[in-house]
Amino acid sequence: MIEQTVFYFFAGLLLLAATMVITVKNPVHAALSLVLAFFCSAAIWLLLQAEFLAIVLILVYVGAVMVLFLFVIMMLDINLTVLREGFSRFLPVGISVAVLMAVSMGLVITSGRFTTGGNYEALKHAADYSNTRELGIALFTDYLYPFEIAGAILLLAIVAAISLTLRKRPDTKTPKVEKQVAVHRAGHVRLVRMEAEKE
Amino acid sequence: MFGFLRDNVWSPLAGAVLSQPYDGYAVYLLDVLIKIIVVVACVLFTFAYTTYAERKVSAWIQLRIGPNRVGVFGFRMFGLAQPVADGIKAIFKEIIIPTRASKLLFVLAPILALGPAFAAWAVIPFNDVMVLADINAGLLYIIAMTSLAVYGIIIAGWASNSKYAFLGSLRSAAQIVSYEISMGFALVCVLVAAGSLNLGDIVNAQSGKYGFLNWYWLPLLPMFYVYFVSGLAETNRLPFDVVEGESEIVAGFHVEYSGIAFATFFIAEYTNMILISILTSILFLGGWLSPFQGIPVVGAPSIFWLLGKTALFLFLFLWIRWTFPRYRYDQIMRLGWKVFLPITIVWVVVTSVMVVAKVPPWFS
Repeated sequence: MIEQTVFYFFAGLLLLAATMVITVKNPVHAALSLVLAFFCSAAIWLLLQAEFLAIVLILVYVGAVMVLFLFVIMMLDINLTVLREGFSRFLPVGISVAVLMAVSMGLVITSGRFTTGGNYEALKHAADYSNTRELGIALFTDYLYPFEIAGAILLLAIVAAISLTLRKRPDTKTPKVEKQVAVHRAGHVRLVRMEAEKE
Repeated sequence: MFGFLRDNVWSPLAGAVLSQPYDGYAVYLLDVLIKIIVVVACVLFTFAYTTYAERKVSAWIQLRIGPNRVGVFGFRMFGLAQPVADGIKAIFKEIIIPTRASKLLFVLAPILALGPAFAAWAVIPFNDVMVLADINAGLLYIIAMTSLAVYGIIIAGWASNSKYAFLGSLRSAAQIVSYEISMGFALVCVLVAAGSLNLGDIVNAQSGKYGFLNWYWLPLLPMFYVYFVSGLAETNRLPFDVVEGESEIVAGFHVEYSGIAFATFFIAEYTNMILISILTSILFLGGWLSPFQGIPVVGAPSIFWLLGKTALFLFLFLWIRWTFPRYRYDQIMRLGWKVFLPITIVWVVVTSVMVVAKVPPWFS
């Protein structure tokens, strides 16, 4: 009973937040709605006793990805009037894409692969069941190769993204730390011994 | 204490009022609610006297006297009532909302800063049994909650409609995201060493016959250092407080805040400080374990050991603040990405090797 109440609360909030992502005018408000949507789906995952996935969703998407999103959105000076230009001109294309997506989503959902076989109760586990441990065991035994390959692809993506942003700019005055550290006193200061002089 | 209250006070009370059995949701919720209130009250009390300690310690370091006037009924008592006076002052001051500020987000930002700071306390164990939620993924939960703290700051800076506040929040976003990574890797080392994400298990894994030599500060010494320094950066404390940077951007993200809204940011900062201190003691200094394990009386594990260690780190926060000058922004980034991150990655490997090789006395 209480679980259902919690579920409907977070599911409703999730739908509301997801709608707000595409309807609010201000891009920063939209990004914050997306954060709320992530948060609600994490809460729903917690109800399914998938605490590892729920916390990682918060950690990765809310704690890191969306922070960078907000960072970029806040720095861009987005002109809303330019964005809204030609709304009616692109409307037919937009509607056809939306219909196509809705139909394909409907086909996937009704294909029978997403039903739980009539059992609508979430799987219950004992109190000492650790979602983290089970996931770790599955990832590092049965799915070791897919996991490692996914890791390698991600690493490649990181290296590629960083190398795209690398550009040498000779005119910047970035301090070269290795040069600063290598400085020796002899090259800069000359100590002179002088005899005291009397008038 | 919790158990006593539940069995002798709440349970009969709830049974009489709600006519529900002991296991009912209402009693359970009431029980949890009382625990939350107790923990929050203790944290708030510690916050109040950490601000007092901050002012007294800074005065002591700078050869001043510090607050010594506010007392009770004419008794000064070294100014011990100063936090009360500060609180009353903050509550009665006007909250000024800047023109063309995003009103909702402006008011929401301090709450978003405070919420995660308190939420993280849910999984902190105070001794073997005294913990609000003894969950398996405790450490992961802590990382997730502390990573949310940045939202309050970013939103505050953006909603203020002020250049200084905005610069502060941009600095904060970059800094917190950078240091979170090395902090996360330091925690990975701890969980590899302890073999558990549960904070209580992590403390118990550090007990042994050698007392304080069994704690993880010794095998994970670089991580101990990296974690605490990253904690300084995460809480925007000096020497990493470019987010506030009085000399460049006035007060950073909270320049437009006044009254209780500002005080809320203040509470969040200090609560995070206390959290980092208690976490450092739990993860690296054996939590409630005694340094003299095996010796009668003083060798017994107790919550007072944990509180003492936490106080030590809190003092370290203040000591560092009044000793070191502020880092330059590019140096902060360099320290985070080019120094801490490689050290932590190497140490994850070193820790794994130590665990696999069962290096005594920690991993045998």
